[in-house]
Amino acid sequence: MTTGLGAVTYCGFCGKERAEGDHTACASRLGVIDPPRFCAQCARRMVVQVTPAGWTATCSRHGEIASAR
Amino acid sequence: MTAAPEQVDVLGVAREQVLEQGVGLSEEQVLEVLRLPDERIPELLELAHAVRMRWCGPEVEVEGIVSLKTGGCPEDCHFCSQSGQFPSPVRSAWLDIPGLVKAARQTAATGATEFCIVAAVRGPDKRLLSQVRDGIKAIREDGNDIQIACSLGMLTQEQVDELVEMGVHRYNHNLETARSHFPNVVTTHSWEERWDTLKMIRAAGMEVCCGGIIGMGETLEQRAEFAVQLAELEPDEVPLNFLIPNPGTPYENYPVVEGPEALRTVGAFRLALPRTILRFAGGRELTFGDLGAKQGMLGGVNAIIVGNYLTNLGRPAQQDLDMLTELSMPIKELSKTL
Repeated sequence: MTTGLGAVTYCGFCGKERAEGDHTACASRLGVIDPPRFCAQCARRMVVQVTPAGWTATCSRHGEIASAR
Repeated sequence: MTAAPEQVDVLGVAREQVLEQGVGLSEEQVLEVLRLPDERIPELLELAHAVRMRWCGPEVEVEGIVSLKTGGCPEDCHFCSQSGQFPSPVRSAWLDIPGLVKAARQTAATGATEFCIVAAVRGPDKRLLSQVRDGIKAIREDGNDIQIACSLGMLTQEQVDELVEMGVHRYNHNLETARSHFPNVVTTHSWEERWDTLKMIRAAGMEVCCGGIIGMGETLEQRAEFAVQLAELEPDEVPLNFLIPNPGTPYENYPVVEGPEALRTVGAFRLALPRTILRFAGGRELTFGDLGAKQGMLGGVNAIIVGNYLTNLGRPAQQDLDMLTELSMPIKELSKTL
């Protein structure tokens, strides 16, 4: 779904550690009706721009990721 | 002893009143429709579809929307993840002109006739209006003649005139919910302030786009109230959204509107607004899924937003276009009025 590299430590939807807690509800929304809001590497809130055909999400530390479409 | 009054069936009345005469349902009648049992939903949708075909025709208006200025809004609309007053994860962002031109081009490529430029603001300032002006100019210079709508919050008369001069043909400003429920949803401005902006838009000759969100804790009575308040406004278009409970907003734990309830609402709004463009907008993916979207399109809806929304994602545009093909619903051509 997304382009970009790096370790996936944090949930892009809620920003909490993926290894902790249940992220089933997050998974049902992430990439379906929500773009990622938190950086998967550091959990910083990202600047997200949604456009009709895609989205970009930029972390001030880890750079930009974008939707595949 | 007197006989009990004969029960009048609201759909039977609607068939004569709305389908044959084109007169929208009253508040009491809309409420009756909203209270119909699930087993009567197919009958309701069939009637709503017939009303849409009779008074609007078979075409579907396709639109794309884009957020020019995201987040950091000073208002406290409780459903909105872009309010700066709530701990929402949405951060402020501005779309640059090349990005806007690209979004308009992508929208036009879907066959859409409408492109709506949206900003999360109380009302536009000089910088925002300047950005809109530059954006529209750049879209035109790109050879794109898609019709441009704007949604920039509450306006002054001077700003209304400026948008007309820029060539904006339609303005979106949602009343969001019934007048009686609005103070529970927004406290930083009033329903009447929104109404005033809508009246200025109409008087200036722009098309009026005004709808709202279903599922914000309103009662069925208030849903019916909202439908007739919209009818009183006589909008050219009513976008019908279903609440997406977004994290950090006061409504983050509100339940998603269930499919049958949403379909009843779609049908009821069509019967209240027989001649209006009724658009499927945000939240339909969550509320309906694929099957329900088709039922809605066959239940009175005659317009859709394709692709993504402002902060949430929609279905890929092609998926909706394929659905319209499957339903044999022609897409409205550019510059052709419904």
